[in-house]
Amino acid sequence: MNNFQYKKEITVTTALEAVNSNENAAFIAGGTNIIDLWKYNITNPELLVDINGIDELRTIQELEDGGVRLGALVKNAATAYHPVIEKKYPLLSKAILAGASAQIRNMATDGGNLLQRTRCYYFYDPDVPCNKRVPGSGCPALNGRNRMHAILGNSEHCIAVFPSDMCVALAALEAVVNVMGPNGSRSIPFAEFHRLPGDMPHLDNTLQQDEMITSIDLPSNHLYKHYTYLKLRDRHSYAFALVSVAAAFEMDGNEIKKARIALGGVAHKPWRNTEAEEFLKGKTATADNFLIAAENVLFGAQGRGENDFKIPLARRAIVRACMMALNPETQRPGAGPSL
Amino acid sequence: MENKLLVGKPVSRLEGFEKVTGNAKYAAEYAAPDLLYGYVVNSTITKGKILSVDVSAVLELAGVVKVFTHENRPGLAWFDLQYADMDAPPGTVFKPLSDNKIRYNGQPIALIVAEDFETARYASTLLKFVFEEEPFDTLLTQNLEKARNPKKGMSTPLKPPPPKPKGDFEKAYKNAPFQASGDFLHATEHHNPMELYATTTVYEGEGKLTIYDKTQGTINNQLYVANVFGLKYKNVRVLAPYVGGAFGSGLRPQYQLFLCVLAALELKRNVRVVLERKQMFSFGHRPQVVQSLRFGANTEGKITAMNHSAVGETSKYEDYNEILVPWSHKLYPAANTLFEYKLAPLDLATPIDMRAPGGVSGMHAIECIMDELAYKLNIDPLEFRLRNYSDIDPSTQKPFTSKELRQCYEKGAEKFGWNLRNPKPASTIRGNKLVGWGMATGIWDAYQFPARAEAILTKEGKLEIHNATTDIGTGTLTVMTQIAADEMGLSLDEVSFYYGDSKKPFSMFQGGSAITASTGAAIVVAVKELKKKIIKKIKDIPDSPFKEIPEEEIVFRNGMVHQINQPNVFISFNEIIRANKNKVIKVTKLGGPDLIKIRKFSKATHSASFVELEIDKDLGTISVTRAITAVAAGKIINPKTAKSQILGSMIWGISKALHEETLLDQHLGKYMNANLGEYHIPVHADIPQMEVIFAEERDSVINELGIKGVGEIGMTAIPAAVANAIFHATGKRINDLPIHFEKLL
Repeated sequence: MNNFQYKKEITVTTALEAVNSNENAAFIAGGTNIIDLWKYNITNPELLVDINGIDELRTIQELEDGGVRLGALVKNAATAYHPVIEKKYPLLSKAILAGASAQIRNMATDGGNLLQRTRCYYFYDPDVPCNKRVPGSGCPALNGRNRMHAILGNSEHCIAVFPSDMCVALAALEAVVNVMGPNGSRSIPFAEFHRLPGDMPHLDNTLQQDEMITSIDLPSNHLYKHYTYLKLRDRHSYAFALVSVAAAFEMDGNEIKKARIALGGVAHKPWRNTEAEEFLKGKTATADNFLIAAENVLFGAQGRGENDFKIPLARRAIVRACMMALNPETQRPGAGPSL
Repeated sequence: MENKLLVGKPVSRLEGFEKVTGNAKYAAEYAAPDLLYGYVVNSTITKGKILSVDVSAVLELAGVVKVFTHENRPGLAWFDLQYADMDAPPGTVFKPLSDNKIRYNGQPIALIVAEDFETARYASTLLKFVFEEEPFDTLLTQNLEKARNPKKGMSTPLKPPPPKPKGDFEKAYKNAPFQASGDFLHATEHHNPMELYATTTVYEGEGKLTIYDKTQGTINNQLYVANVFGLKYKNVRVLAPYVGGAFGSGLRPQYQLFLCVLAALELKRNVRVVLERKQMFSFGHRPQVVQSLRFGANTEGKITAMNHSAVGETSKYEDYNEILVPWSHKLYPAANTLFEYKLAPLDLATPIDMRAPGGVSGMHAIECIMDELAYKLNIDPLEFRLRNYSDIDPSTQKPFTSKELRQCYEKGAEKFGWNLRNPKPASTIRGNKLVGWGMATGIWDAYQFPARAEAILTKEGKLEIHNATTDIGTGTLTVMTQIAADEMGLSLDEVSFYYGDSKKPFSMFQGGSAITASTGAAIVVAVKELKKKIIKKIKDIPDSPFKEIPEEEIVFRNGMVHQINQPNVFISFNEIIRANKNKVIKVTKLGGPDLIKIRKFSKATHSASFVELEIDKDLGTISVTRAITAVAAGKIINPKTAKSQILGSMIWGISKALHEETLLDQHLGKYMNANLGEYHIPVHADIPQMEVIFAEERDSVINELGIKGVGEIGMTAIPAAVANAIFHATGKRINDLPIHFEKLL
């Protein structure tokens, strides 16, 4: 860990100015990821800009169109337990609470959650090659220990997965990411925020170096009655998803009016396939239909050896999550997969 | 002892308050004036040589005091033997910074010493090594052809080779009407105690050191430091008053001790070296093991043939070995046996004992094969074990000092409700969950080492006991105080046990569940000797009422000496001290097993574990929902701390079965998940309500108190009980550990 300059800023404008004054600068909010990366010598900022004092980014606000705006600095735990979120977007609450630990959720911010780095072992070890960490150095995960790695949207340069739970729900809810840069603000649809590795795996997302996330908008919807977040992992808490599924429906009796399915733990970004969702529209909510949708979502999936199991596991997980979503009352928080 | 008021009582940990309030100080927390901080640099290649090292950028950094590498390490003890600690396996001990050879990835290759930790750590990024890499082998399964017999050495008596074959195994197995066989692969595991390895060395001048070290053996490390650095034993004091877990990793001195002492002596300064979590994966570990078993049984359900062959991983420089294969024959009779144990040397650090070393790995395979054989015979798995029950040790034909395993089976089964079990796999369903019930037997040795204790009647009329043992979190302080208090007829607060200090009388390192018996026995003989001395003194007091009373009628009770059944004939400890001209009365005495007597017996602790789990029928996810372990381990000195030992041990058993795995990348020759985020141990949500039952087991042979020790025994049955429950739930035999849920898809 190198020596560094530290600045605390209390407005978005001054924070952006500060971070753009040095090419090797970084923001710190909750710090739950950057401090680890720093100690492991994966990142070495010369200037740390502390944005925790920007109070305007710490609110959850109901919008006139019925949606909700999450300030970038709202803590994950505060979001998950917020009465408005619990009421309007229970899928988001459930996804957040499936992640990390209580202590980490109390520190981590909503904006920071979008920017967390992969947990790929090779990315975390500065003494081995990694195209994400050092472009062009190679990817030992391709033929190495890749049980946790991606099955969808891979490239020959990187098979890392994006580890967030919260973002899987945000993808299913079609959130919008509001960012501010030196030339003003812009809004990025969630599906376009994270990217696939391609030949530039060092870029996790489309946020520019000189920009900052200010808030996340949740559009108004009716996905609060039939939803679930199913997370499959090696232990019952404090482990990243091997496969996770966010599923939510608008139902008319037993007929699906609208379907949203997003996967975590399988790709470089939360994985959605709108064709599968389209297929379910107007269909009866049956395991058979969900299985067809699952096959659709997983179209083109490819394993790299140790992670081959993720393909059948994801297929089964999608079907189960969809069935569970029909009857969310049966799901206790923290309960294992069940019906 | 006719008057056991404290032994057998569930006394709470005496140091509990210090621990939960953060007042207990660990090796990295001792302050010393002008302390320097060392940061260890580890090899980033797996095998080869260091061609050159460039320290210039490091030395330019303000605050850096010195960089130690193989190029400037001072000349030290030349002979391997002087590096050999009490637990060194046969071979050539690794000597940090002794040459430019890289033997394994993560090998320590430099120590940077600076005025503060942050500077030393940052400096490590500026230190440049040029390596020449060589090809390496690290994956056991790809190097099985290299397996050979282990070399013999000083540690061989403690870890003897497997027993010789009996009868004709191949023929008997071929002819057995019922057979079960299987191959078992176990992943590498790292101990990962919560406390990081750390040493604070206080330089006292003139080659004199006080060393606060994380270790399981203060004297072991004292001897190591004195031998390696050519210091007088009396000038090296190693203290480990509190140890935040170790699980075997502290049985040998770890490299931070060597490097810290080296720096302190060279710089004549106080130095601290603390490892990082990642570096906790850069020394010993539980080895990768491949086991192959074949058991045969006759139509009566009696075992006729047993073969257990295993290959473990070791380093290229030492032959670490475990007692892995002979356990089945310590439990079950068979006329035809074949036991084999070999080692494959790989380019990795030497493994080191970890949580029931050998026993838990071997018993997992044995008890899974037993389960399978029971199914082949169509006999209940517990009934099958009872049919093959032996009151004597079948492998030696000697009686056990005590064996109440039958009681463990009965009490455990009753509590669990085993008789309600439907034997048919996948027969019990709860919603989407398949329910499985599994059981297994556990066994562990009952070790007792020689130990020496000093007992002092203080001027205040209280009792002090001194012994060098550590308390690695097991409750040693508490149980030793209970034993001493009862023997002396005092209450707990009138007895002080001083430990964790190499200056105290001898104790072996704390491992193998041996210390309660070892130090406990030494305390009993020391206090008995002290009482004799006191009786002699009170008889010498003028007009003493005890003059004519025979020694066996004199008892110690409530801080006084009485004539038995004559409460009005007494003298208080305070009066005794006054009569002794206000001087303390003390004795030091060696205690140890009665080897001549013990030789005629086999000795072991036993257990039976019963596990219930649920498996999602579509997704394979596993939840352990109930676990019960019944233990027969002689006299339980403190049922509370002993229960905690067994509960912890059961958790480690579940952990080994379902979670723990150090991921080796064979192409890079290194471990990839060297952190507690990705090296999984169970969290609370993975552990159900668990129960511990202690069988009544009187052992009048093993030692005076009948102590056999608890710790490892709670773990040895669990992995097989989990695997057998998974079979019962799903009909699938998953032999490799850990069991990942995708294997059940």
